[in-house]
Amino acid sequence: MDITILYYLVPSLIMFCCGVYGFITRRNMIAMLISLELMLNAVDINFVVFNRFLYPENMEGMFFTLFAIAIAAAETALAIAIIINVFRSAKNISVSDLSKMKH
Amino acid sequence: MESVGSIIMYLVIALSIILFSVLTVTTRKILRSATFLLFTLFATAALYFKLDYEFLGAVQIAVYAGGIVVLFVFSIFLTTHPGDSSEKLVSKKKVLGVFAALLTFAVAAFALLYRCGMALTKLPEMENPKMHEIGTALMGTGEYQYLLPFEAISVLLLACIIGGVVVARKR
Amino acid sequence: MEATIPVLILAIPLFMFLFLGLLGKFMSHKMAGILGTAGMGVTLLLAYFTAYVYFFSGTPEFVDAAGNRLQFVVFNVDWLQFYENLVIRLGFLLDPISAMMLVVITTISFMVHLYSNGYMRDHHGVYEHGFQRIYAFLALFSFSMLGLVVATNIFQMYIFWELVGASSYLLIGFYYVKPSAVSASKKAFIVTRFADLGFLIGILILSYYTGTFSFTDLTSVNVATDTFAVNLGTADHIKNIFANSAVPVFMGGSVLTWALVLIFMGGMGKSAMLPLHIWLPDAMEGPTPVSALIHAATMVVAGVYLVARLFPLYLMETTALEIITVVGAVTALYAAMVACTQLDIKRVLAFSTISQIAFMMVSLGVARPEFHEGLGYMASMFHLFTHAMFKALLFLCAGAIIHAVGSNDYTSMHGLRKHMPVTHITFLIGCLAIAGIIPFSGFFSKDEILSSCLGHGWVPYVWMSFVAGLTAFYMFRLYFLIFWWKEHKVPQGHHQPHDQAWPMTVPLVILAAITCVAGFIPFGKLVSWDGVSYDFMAHFDWSVASVSLLVAVVAILIAMKMYMKENPLPEKMRNALPALWTWCYHRFYWDELYMFITHKIIFNGICRPIAWFDRHIIDGTMDGFAYVTNKASYAIRGLQSGKIQMYVWVYLIGVLLLGLVTAICLL
Repeated sequence: MDITILYYLVPSLIMFCCGVYGFITRRNMIAMLISLELMLNAVDINFVVFNRFLYPENMEGMFFTLFAIAIAAAETALAIAIIINVFRSAKNISVSDLSKMKH
Repeated sequence: MESVGSIIMYLVIALSIILFSVLTVTTRKILRSATFLLFTLFATAALYFKLDYEFLGAVQIAVYAGGIVVLFVFSIFLTTHPGDSSEKLVSKKKVLGVFAALLTFAVAAFALLYRCGMALTKLPEMENPKMHEIGTALMGTGEYQYLLPFEAISVLLLACIIGGVVVARKR
Repeated sequence: MEATIPVLILAIPLFMFLFLGLLGKFMSHKMAGILGTAGMGVTLLLAYFTAYVYFFSGTPEFVDAAGNRLQFVVFNVDWLQFYENLVIRLGFLLDPISAMMLVVITTISFMVHLYSNGYMRDHHGVYEHGFQRIYAFLALFSFSMLGLVVATNIFQMYIFWELVGASSYLLIGFYYVKPSAVSASKKAFIVTRFADLGFLIGILILSYYTGTFSFTDLTSVNVATDTFAVNLGTADHIKNIFANSAVPVFMGGSVLTWALVLIFMGGMGKSAMLPLHIWLPDAMEGPTPVSALIHAATMVVAGVYLVARLFPLYLMETTALEIITVVGAVTALYAAMVACTQLDIKRVLAFSTISQIAFMMVSLGVARPEFHEGLGYMASMFHLFTHAMFKALLFLCAGAIIHAVGSNDYTSMHGLRKHMPVTHITFLIGCLAIAGIIPFSGFFSKDEILSSCLGHGWVPYVWMSFVAGLTAFYMFRLYFLIFWWKEHKVPQGHHQPHDQAWPMTVPLVILAAITCVAGFIPFGKLVSWDGVSYDFMAHFDWSVASVSLLVAVVAILIAMKMYMKENPLPEKMRNALPALWTWCYHRFYWDELYMFITHKIIFNGICRPIAWFDRHIIDGTMDGFAYVTNKASYAIRGLQSGKIQMYVWVYLIGVLLLGLVTAICLL
């Protein structure tokens, strides 16, 4: 049996769909953030897989993933800072409370 | 034709990715969710190793598993009241979420399947990228070299540190 | 001639306007009055000097070897240059009529400035509110009127024409707290503006075809090189322009006819010719000195002046002159009939003014070079001059009487002759002059007019003689009703009426003196349509003079019989002809006709549909946009819920749709 590119893309797609599902259903902001990380990770996998299968001689996909990981780390750190701040004022991190910020 | 070991490796990785992803979003306790995310990330790292990107796998483990998940865990400790479990999902929301996920899946799978030529690409032979090559590519300014994004990321991280401090500090 | 003095003549009133208008409220009333009067006094001297130099110095730039008077452009600066051929210039043109008008305007204006010092106070010497303002406006008016008469081109004349209208508006509405004054000023402004539309169109037509604004070009003279006589080359040139078959004909009239009639329409508005006369009686709401200056002596004759200025052009197209004659004759009779029945002293004088200006118009209309070298033109200008003097005198007398009695209505006057002897005598002189009794000035000028009418035909002569008789009648009716009729009864609590202080009586005496002697001025030597001097006494027709004198005396005797002593005769007369009296008293219902046309026809038929269209269609469209935007915002407001997951949903659906489309396209 040959493991073609499809075999790698389908798990990543499932991972992405899980992220979508979690992001929409969860109300806890940290849980939403976790779902976001899932989606991001699925995309990273796609980059790497395409790079490996289609252009093995280059490293663009790999570097893109590398930077994406760095950005994800930064983004997560900032998001968590915000969440903690929201928690401080609202004693809650439900996303429905966040909607009060628009006023 | 792949070796049997390789196929088994693939199966383990793919199944754990699917399983832990699903568990991450379906478990009700937030801490467990973070733990399953960790497993998913490990599985992803394993995938990178399998695809011969060892450096990337290492970064994945170090940054994602070691850094981000720890951040998650700490923030969970900081923001959850002791003893409260995650909220019960409203069924309407659940249906909505499943619908959205399935829709995404359907469209993406549709695209994937109709691009059959690409979907059947086999794994080509490739030398494992050496650390030296990666370092040169990261620090160079020529073609296929990434100094500018590297610097941009550095500035971003700096901004992020400052932003984090400003946002999180007590007023 | 140096340009200094002409510039000063225009600059001093303008400066006084700015000075008193801006700084007037920081100075005392008395100071403002003295400054304004002094400024006008200087202007008066300069204008007299200029006129003297023009008429009598005999300098070759003003008079040629044969003794014919020339047009002389003192200065002419480019003011607005649109392109090479379209330049609007401001300048100073000296010719017989502008020099004469300088004298008239500055004289009357100075008298009015002086007179206002007394008139604009009450009996205790307290100045009226806005005393400085009236001096500023009077100066503005004098400036614009002087600018009008010395205009070198028709566009400058139009500019100052409008300025005159604006200052007239300001002065009529001087008592702006009085609603009647406000509406009168608006009426005057709108009616004259309507007429000026015709004027403007006429200017545009005329200058479009002739390619020039300049009077010296239009009235065909090469400045200071040729005689003022029509330069045949130029006149033929202009005539050729209009005779050209390419020039369109509209409704049976040639372009020149239409241009001249439209220009005359502007003159009709300013000079209150029928049917645009309705503003003048109402304009009497302004202070009386203002009425004397603007609505009797100077501004209202601007229409006559305009026709006189373009007279050589009018001669090319006698249809326009016939129209002027008819309009003038009808107006003269109409105004004289109305004046016989009015009760308000100022209104009588206003209608008398309309009638007398109509005399001047008729005189211009019948003037032909074939007859006595254009006697009518000279007569018109002569009458303009004498009328300005005696009508200003009458108005100032009326002002003195009103000031003394405190009312415009002469039912409350009667028998004032013993109380106000100076006013009485001067008013009588004015009445004799306007009635045309020898040797007062009106006799000579009116006689010239009647002579030239006779030269044109029997109909205008008889018609105008009849109007002259009516003039004598209504003026003496006014005179007798004010000064005789019965003994004056002073109402309880009022003080005895008496002659006014010297600032008010001195102008009366001066103007009366001018009225007595002005008839002997050899006007024909000074003013004629082609600049050729002649002795008008050579044309003096003693038969016409004696007939008109007879008519006047008879009319005065009738008036004396009816009004000298209190008697029932006027009442009987009124009852004998009730319909005529009512129509005259209501001014032949012209105002009502205008009200009907504007309110019933124009407002209902045109303005209301337009307003409806504006409100419902134009505003409705805009409101509709606003409404739709508003409703749409409310409808989509829910999308901006602040619920992140909702946003994700929308985003996701968008992305999926895009993906789907892409996928389908790629298939």
